[in-house]
Amino acid sequence: MTTVELNGVSRWYGNVVAVNDVTLTIGTGVTGLLGPNGAGKTTVLHLMAGLMSPSQGEVTVGGESAWRNPEMYRKLGLVTERESVPGFLTAWEFVLSSAKLHKLPNPDDAARKALAIVEMQDAQDRRISTYSKGMRQRARVAAALVHDPTVLLLDEPFNGMDPRQRLHMMELLNRMADEGRTILFSSHILEEVEQLSGTVQVIVAGRLAASGDYRHIRRLMTNRPHQFTISSSDDRLLATVLMGQESVSGVSIEPTGVQVHANDYGTFTRALAKLAKEQNIRLTTILPSDESLEKVFSYLVAT
Amino acid sequence: MNLTIMGLTARALLGRKRVLMLLPMPILLIGLTLIGVTSGASDATWGPVVFVNLGLSVILPLTALIIGSSALGLEIDDGTITHLLTKPLPRSEIVLSKLAVAWLVTTVATAIPLAAAALIGGSGSLAVGLVIGSAIGGLAYSALFLALSVMTKRPVAVGLVYIMLWENILVSYVDGARVFSVRQHAAAIADSIGNTQLINSSVSVTTALIMSVIFILVGTIGATQRLRSFALTGEAN
Repeated sequence: MTTVELNGVSRWYGNVVAVNDVTLTIGTGVTGLLGPNGAGKTTVLHLMAGLMSPSQGEVTVGGESAWRNPEMYRKLGLVTERESVPGFLTAWEFVLSSAKLHKLPNPDDAARKALAIVEMQDAQDRRISTYSKGMRQRARVAAALVHDPTVLLLDEPFNGMDPRQRLHMMELLNRMADEGRTILFSSHILEEVEQLSGTVQVIVAGRLAASGDYRHIRRLMTNRPHQFTISSSDDRLLATVLMGQESVSGVSIEPTGVQVHANDYGTFTRALAKLAKEQNIRLTTILPSDESLEKVFSYLVAT
Repeated sequence: MNLTIMGLTARALLGRKRVLMLLPMPILLIGLTLIGVTSGASDATWGPVVFVNLGLSVILPLTALIIGSSALGLEIDDGTITHLLTKPLPRSEIVLSKLAVAWLVTTVATAIPLAAAALIGGSGSLAVGLVIGSAIGGLAYSALFLALSVMTKRPVAVGLVYIMLWENILVSYVDGARVFSVRQHAAAIADSIGNTQLINSSVSVTTALIMSVIFILVGTIGATQRLRSFALTGEAN
């Protein structure tokens, strides 16, 4: 078992802080690195993969420093977000070259095995430039797996995949986690993380905002106060009855309609329709006004 | 040296359209030699122009620049460098393999046409001199441009500035600048072996050899050091 550790790690570019004093440990199993775009997920992964030096703090993989230490790549595989594949190679040549660069004792065997894991044997003799995005991704996963690493890092592995490819990749990652590997993947989509992993590290604006079991984080996210903008046939009456509800913590009347702060998303949304019907109010718009992921994340940071 | 890296580099280099840019130069060189020979003019008038001013001063550095800056630079540009960097390879192995391919391709693309031109218009010893001179000069240039491609995002621009401003303009005004001009080294080496009036060089062979070794070492070590702490910045967010 190999753990990846960040200890008080910061990384800045000039005046811009990309990663700010992050301390975390990633152990066996699948872990999701969740955060909005631009939060510093790629920087964190590159720090772990030794492709970037920490400005401060220490990054270790299995106890060894990740930076300026090529030997570390014997136990680590990386699938970058950018499609960095030489398109003039076939998947077979690409994965085989990886095996050879790792100086494996039997590169042909290793390449065959890796391509079988991602189920790419049928297309392995076609040039990578002719592949779909999902196939390219699988070829790159095979190349990252060819030396049987104990740590696998994947940057936005589900981007641009169709649902079937996504499911396939999820199964693959779960299977590898069951074999005792440490798998870390980044994503800006909560549902992906939810389906795949029990453990989540949430990064917002370069800081570690939350860390732990996804159910706990999910609860934090759904139990937060929600804001809705509602317009109806009688805004003032609607505001009055809504204020009487346990699940509502505040109501204001704006030119655009009624602004409602709800404490409890589920109860409020169920009660709203019933109330409107009882009072004969016709609802014309119900807009959740803060549903963007950034808002959800910034709420997490505040708690 | 790593055969896998060399193979991949050679395929990447020769598979690109950029390599076609190398074709017109040898044709021009041999064409001009044929014109010189058939014109009846004394070879001392056209020889230096064709062999030195065109061959060693334009074709050699430009070929080395196109090849040397691409051998590693293209991979850095398109991000495929991570494929190499995430392998347990000493960085010197990556640099030496890239340098070897860049040097081989540069030497083949310049030494063969130069040798052919020398055999048409000069002598066998001139051909040998030009082959050795362009091989040593090609290695020094390749090391220099390979190092540039790891150190700057615009290796071709910086390389052109070196070739145009330093080697062509500064050298004609400031005498000491010759010592740091690869093409002067190549010419001096070719001259000492070829022993003809078709090449005139102004640097001693000893200086040329010592400076070539320095260029090769500094370029190779510089590129290796830089690659050791190479940080991916382009795709970070």
